[in-house]
Amino acid sequence: MIKEYSSIKNVSGPLLLVEGVSGAKYEELVEIYTGSGEKKRGRILEVNQDKALVQIFEGSTGIDVQNCRVRFLGKTLHIGVSTEMLGRVFDGLGRPKDEGPEIIPEAMRDVNGAPINPTARNYPDEFIQTGISSIDGINTLVRGQKLPIFSGSGLPHNRVAAQIVRQAKVLGKEEKFAVVFGAMGITFEEANYFIQDFTRSGALERVVLFLNLADDPAIERISTPRVAFTVAEYLAFEKHLHILVILSDMTNYAEALREISAARKEIPGRRGYPGYLYTDLASIYERSGRIKGKNGSITLIPILTMPEDDKTHPIPDLTGYITEGQIILSRGLYRKKVSPPVDVQQSLSRLKDKGIGKGKTREDHADLFNQLIACYARGKEAAELAVILGEAALSDRDKIYLKFAQVFEERYISQGEFEDRTIEQTLDLGWELLRMVPRTEMKRVRDEYLKRYYDQAPVDN
Amino acid sequence: MRQGEIIKVSGPLVIARGMTGSKMFDVVRVSKERLVGEIIGLNEDEASIQVYEDTSGIGPGEPVYFTDQPLFVELGPGLIESIFDGIQRPLDIIRDKTGDNITRGVEVPALGRDIKWEFKPLVKKGDAVEPGDIIGEVKETSLVVHKIMVPPGMKGKVKNIKSGKFLVTDAVCELETEDGNIKLTMMQRWPVRVPRPYKTRLAPELILSTGQRVIDTFFPIAKGGTACCPGPFGSGKTVIQHQLAKWADAEIIVYIGCGERGNEMTDVLLEFPELKDPASGESLMKRTVLIANTSNMPVAAREASVYTGITIAEYFRDMGYSVAVMADSTSRWAEAMREISGRLEEMPGEEGYPAYLGARVSSFYERAGRVKTLGRPEREGALSVIGAVSPPGGDLSDPVVQATLRVVKVFWSLEDKLAYQRHFPAISWLNSYSLYTDDLAEDLNKKAEKDFTELSKEAMRLLEQEAELQEIVRLIGVDALSPEDRLVLEGARSIREDFLHQNAFHEIDTYASLKKQYKMLMLCMYNYNKARQALKNGVPFDEIVKMEIRDKIARLKYLPESELQKFDELRDEVEQTFEKLIEKAGKIKQEVSR
Repeated sequence: MIKEYSSIKNVSGPLLLVEGVSGAKYEELVEIYTGSGEKKRGRILEVNQDKALVQIFEGSTGIDVQNCRVRFLGKTLHIGVSTEMLGRVFDGLGRPKDEGPEIIPEAMRDVNGAPINPTARNYPDEFIQTGISSIDGINTLVRGQKLPIFSGSGLPHNRVAAQIVRQAKVLGKEEKFAVVFGAMGITFEEANYFIQDFTRSGALERVVLFLNLADDPAIERISTPRVAFTVAEYLAFEKHLHILVILSDMTNYAEALREISAARKEIPGRRGYPGYLYTDLASIYERSGRIKGKNGSITLIPILTMPEDDKTHPIPDLTGYITEGQIILSRGLYRKKVSPPVDVQQSLSRLKDKGIGKGKTREDHADLFNQLIACYARGKEAAELAVILGEAALSDRDKIYLKFAQVFEERYISQGEFEDRTIEQTLDLGWELLRMVPRTEMKRVRDEYLKRYYDQAPVDN
Repeated sequence: MRQGEIIKVSGPLVIARGMTGSKMFDVVRVSKERLVGEIIGLNEDEASIQVYEDTSGIGPGEPVYFTDQPLFVELGPGLIESIFDGIQRPLDIIRDKTGDNITRGVEVPALGRDIKWEFKPLVKKGDAVEPGDIIGEVKETSLVVHKIMVPPGMKGKVKNIKSGKFLVTDAVCELETEDGNIKLTMMQRWPVRVPRPYKTRLAPELILSTGQRVIDTFFPIAKGGTACCPGPFGSGKTVIQHQLAKWADAEIIVYIGCGERGNEMTDVLLEFPELKDPASGESLMKRTVLIANTSNMPVAAREASVYTGITIAEYFRDMGYSVAVMADSTSRWAEAMREISGRLEEMPGEEGYPAYLGARVSSFYERAGRVKTLGRPEREGALSVIGAVSPPGGDLSDPVVQATLRVVKVFWSLEDKLAYQRHFPAISWLNSYSLYTDDLAEDLNKKAEKDFTELSKEAMRLLEQEAELQEIVRLIGVDALSPEDRLVLEGARSIREDFLHQNAFHEIDTYASLKKQYKMLMLCMYNYNKARQALKNGVPFDEIVKMEIRDKIARLKYLPESELQKFDELRDEVEQTFEKLIEKAGKIKQEVSR
């Protein structure tokens, strides 16, 4: 039964307190009609006897205590989903924003989803070739993984994400894929960059866009990733598509969450973010993955800008605890004109071990990247020493490593924005660079691989 | 059925009135959907209830049903190889019932009610039995014999005992007690928040060997001991927990995935059945119980999951087994406490955590220990607890880390700096500690080699020397060091790279027996000592560094356990090589002096 009240007690920030309510439920969806007839939506955050605390999605502009009416809809937030949503643009709550018609839903889904039973999950182990060496070779992405990009303001995270979208493929398979893009508080220009890029590469008709731009209501952002995932889940697990979800920028999302928390006068955790930020982020990120017996999958790449490039800031920190690794972009490398400026030492893909090796990439992959990283780390150490003592003071071996690290950055990490390297090219390049270092230093590589790959350069035929 | 009425819903916290007669920590069923909740506060006739399932759609006016029972677990055959959620509901059965996603209000018994177990009685009619006495056994898996015990607080004379195939709910034994006849089934129940009783606590003196070199050699944990591994994300906490669950020489493993990634549990579920226990050659899953409450599952059940896990572990300890509990991660458990505490509007302690955080953490770890169990035959059981902690930003001043360090005896400090260099396990050899080292020395020397602990102390001294020298190198460069000091750096590097570094994903390197660990370290140190000797005898430093034998030592980690004699061969080779070097140096010297 739908009930309507005009007993608003107070409005503070994005929150509304309604009194004299009966039968209200936690998380129930409400509609708010302002004096001027405008309709807004919200949900119940807390019910206490006859009082309901409502969070307004669109912000509280235009709401007054006298003339507003609040209608309780008796259901939680559901959205209609359909394969027709591909190629369309929606706002942060899933309402069409382009010229197209309303979506005729094929099904209604609760935006909060339901957690995947751990026993139903299938372990992500299918290698995705992104064509970017620093990702494919060192921090391999696999299908069903959640791999965020930790960036800073001014770094080219959008270009990296766009390049991944453009080039990502699973080797040896032609399967249907689609992209679900959730934009939270990014600027028109940033959103436009993606749309332009999708258009250029012809991917646009396989993209569902949810845009909550910087000037859209901040509170709406809290729903955007959930709405995006609801559609992604439908397309992946019921329509068998392989979905890549890109969420940008999670920092704006977390700030909206903090705004709500502050308005509710909750005890803040670190840096004013609510104590449940971890749980909240997990309820979004963990919706990606693969399910046994289902063809589709959801791979997630959330993008977030680290305030002051600080990795220990709560947002990147808690994200890193939930996601399966992280791609960290480094300002230092970007200044050196290394692009994409992936900091391969700090970046990590936790699922790579199951996604590489014989039958997936190549047998030598694991040993190779361990050795590359070890050599690079040694080279970086030597570089630090060289800064203090001068290059001349380095031992001969350190000089080799120093040179290696430089070449590694210039040739391996750095690559063109439209350069699509196959995994073989990436691996062979790795061996080519390793040959700069004496064979006795190859402690992380099995003998047989040394013989096969280090000792002889691949024969061109 | 008695019932109360909901007046407030705020996330996982529900407040209900009309709750007179309920007790603290009683389980209640919330609303018509019968969601599982637990009373965590009472105020006159109002009760604060933490609900273990999603509360959306629940509102004031709905009923709360009493059960008058605390949160308990079912203990009996069928635990091993199961995967449970935080309140012991079997996730695989739930999946069969409700599909790939977890919906709420599912009621499934923890132990399968349709499996018949072969019960073999071990007492006779007329025997007097006491709490903890073993009355029979069930071969649960090829690795685990499940002992059926008289539940605590029950004693009497066996009036009747059966043999054959039974369900866990069938009576297999009848006891004549002071309060009349009692039928015993193979299953017993125990409230999760109450530690199970034992006879006496024993001092830890046996090593829980883990096959991980840095742990066993330098920072060992005892059977019945406690350890924690705090570290920032990406430092390999979970890999270490998995490695321990795979290779620790415990008879039963209880793995609690508390508020962590879903895929990690899947990894365990898929990988463990494939892996072989080094001792028995059987699948590792056949000794493992999994508790999975992933980060997107209801937050309150996360709080319960660590208790569920440790209670199951105590039950196996009582059978006389050595049990190891891995809790990954205790920070998520503490955060769940914080969330509930915040919603209860309690006055917060540090960082918003409740003031009772320290007390809860220590009482959890204190449930570990090596004990003489109740009942006959006399037996010893051990329960070791290894908790991962995920401090924000890797900051060890985090209240959860501090509360944990106050109780645990072993600290494995995971450092991201090491992880970036791909030095795994990224356990810092300088900051970690184990307070069991002295207690375990005897056992270690017995199991590995008689001078094992001496050797590990010597190696540790070398690593410490290296750290000091590194400071100097950072200031004035490596060339400024004397050849002896440079040799220290080389020796320490060899320990770091050839011994401490261990690849969890390499089929051989993933596990090293104590004997192999000894031999590896012995060879590193032998080589270093020989090199020092050579240096003293006039062999130039550059000659020593160039030696190809070092390359061979580096590859020893990939040597299978069956070929350990190769170490001795290599040792001879090292000796000969150095002798030749010294001889050559001697000749040159002679020529020069002539």
